[in-house]
Amino acid sequence: MTVVRWLVPLAMVAALFMAFVFAPTEATMGDVQRIFYFHVPSAWVAFMAFAVVFVASIQWLRTRSQRWDALAVSAAEIGVLFATVALVTGSIWAKPTWGTWWDWDPRLTSTLILWLIYVSYMMLRSVIENPSKRASLSAVVGIVGFVDVPIVFMSIRWWRTIHPVVITGNSMNLDPSMLLTLMVCLAAFTLLFVHLLGMRLALEQQREEVNLLREAILYEE
Amino acid sequence: MKSYLDKVLAIVGKDVASELRTREVLSSMFVFAVLVIVIFNFAFELKVDNTEAVAPGVLWVAIAFAGMLGLNRSFITEKDRGCMEGLLLCPVDRSTIYLGKMLGNLLFMTTMEVIVLPVFAAFFNLSVLSPRLLLIVVLGTIGFAAVGTLFSAVAVHTRTREVMLPILLLPVAVPVLVAAVKATEDAIARIPPPTEGPWLGVLVAFDIIFTTVAFLTFEYVFQE
Repeated sequence: MTVVRWLVPLAMVAALFMAFVFAPTEATMGDVQRIFYFHVPSAWVAFMAFAVVFVASIQWLRTRSQRWDALAVSAAEIGVLFATVALVTGSIWAKPTWGTWWDWDPRLTSTLILWLIYVSYMMLRSVIENPSKRASLSAVVGIVGFVDVPIVFMSIRWWRTIHPVVITGNSMNLDPSMLLTLMVCLAAFTLLFVHLLGMRLALEQQREEVNLLREAILYEE
Repeated sequence: MKSYLDKVLAIVGKDVASELRTREVLSSMFVFAVLVIVIFNFAFELKVDNTEAVAPGVLWVAIAFAGMLGLNRSFITEKDRGCMEGLLLCPVDRSTIYLGKMLGNLLFMTTMEVIVLPVFAAFFNLSVLSPRLLLIVVLGTIGFAAVGTLFSAVAVHTRTREVMLPILLLPVAVPVLVAAVKATEDAIARIPPPTEGPWLGVLVAFDIIFTTVAFLTFEYVFQE
C-alpha cells in the first residue's frame, strides 16, 4: 500500500501531462476532446468498483467476516463517485460535440441506470441500523444489482438500435499518441482506485475500532 | 411428509385466504392502476393518433406502480400483524417461503391485470386482448414479482420500509420494463413474431436469472 501511495501522485501528474500536453488536439472537436482521457478511466473505475462490490457481497454472505462488508461499502462509494464523474464529464463533452447535455445513447443510459442502482444501494445502507443485517441486506442488493448489469446493457442497446441511431460515439479511430495517453490515464486511475479503496477501508476499520472502544467504555460505566 | 410443492402451495394458500378475507391488496392495486391510466390521460392529453405509441408505456407504468403497491404489502402485513416469526418458524426452507410469497404476489398481480386490461383496452380503444399480449404481460409480471418479492423482504427490514421498495426495484427492473413495453408495442402494432425484436427473449432470460438469484439469496434476508 505504501508503494501505491507514492505511485498515485506521480501517475496522476503523468496523466495530466499526457492529457493536456502530450496528446495532440483533436481535429474536429478541439480541446474539449481531452476530457475523454478522464471520462473513460472514470467509467472504467466505476465498473471495477461495482465488480468489487459484487465479489465482496458474495464473500460476506459466505464468510460473515466484517472485512468483506467494509470492502463492499468502500467500493460502492467509490463506484458511485466515479460513475458520477463519468456522467458529468460525458455531459460536459456532449454539449459542444453533440449539441445537447444528454442523449439516450446506450452507454450513457446504461451508466445512468447503474448509477441509480448503486445510489439505491447506498440509500439502503443508510436506513438499516443493525450492522450485520445491513451487511446481509445490502449484499443481496449488491449481488442482484451486478447480475443486472449485462441485462441492462443488452436491453438498452437493443432498445436504441431499433430506433434510428443519430449519433454513434464509437466511430472514433484513435491516433496512437491518443491511445497511449488513454492507457496512461487508465493506469493512473486504476492506481487511484486502489489507493482510495485502501484509504476508505482503513477508515471503515477505524470506525469499527472506535465503536468497539465506545461500547467497552459504556460497559465499564 | 409433504412434498416441496405442497409446502409452497400452503404459503400461497395462506396469502390467498387472508387476501380473500380483507381484499385490501387487490382492490387498492386495481384502483391505483386505473388511476394511473386516467392520470396519464390528463398528462399526455391522449389524442387518437398517438394512442398506439403511448399506450404500452401507460399500461406498464400502471402495472409496475400498482404491482409495487401489492409487493409492499406482502411482507409488511406479516410484520405488522406479528406473523413474520410464525412464517419464519415454519419447518420449511427459506427458499420455500420465497417461492410461496413470489407465487402469491404473481397471482395477485395477474388478477389485477386481468381486470385492468379490459379497462385499458376500452379507454384507449385498442383491441389488445390477444394471447400474445397475455403472454407478454405474464412474462413481464414474473420478472417484476421475482425481484420485487426479494426486495420487498429487504425493504421491510429498513427504517423507511415501503419507501425503499420502489427505489431498489425500479432501476433493477429497467430491462423488464423496456422489454415489456417494446413487446407490447409490437403486439399492438401486430408485427408478426419472426420480425419483432428480441424482447420476449429478454423477458424470459430476466425471469429465469432473477428467479434463480432471488431463490438463492432470499435466505440471507432473514438472517440476523
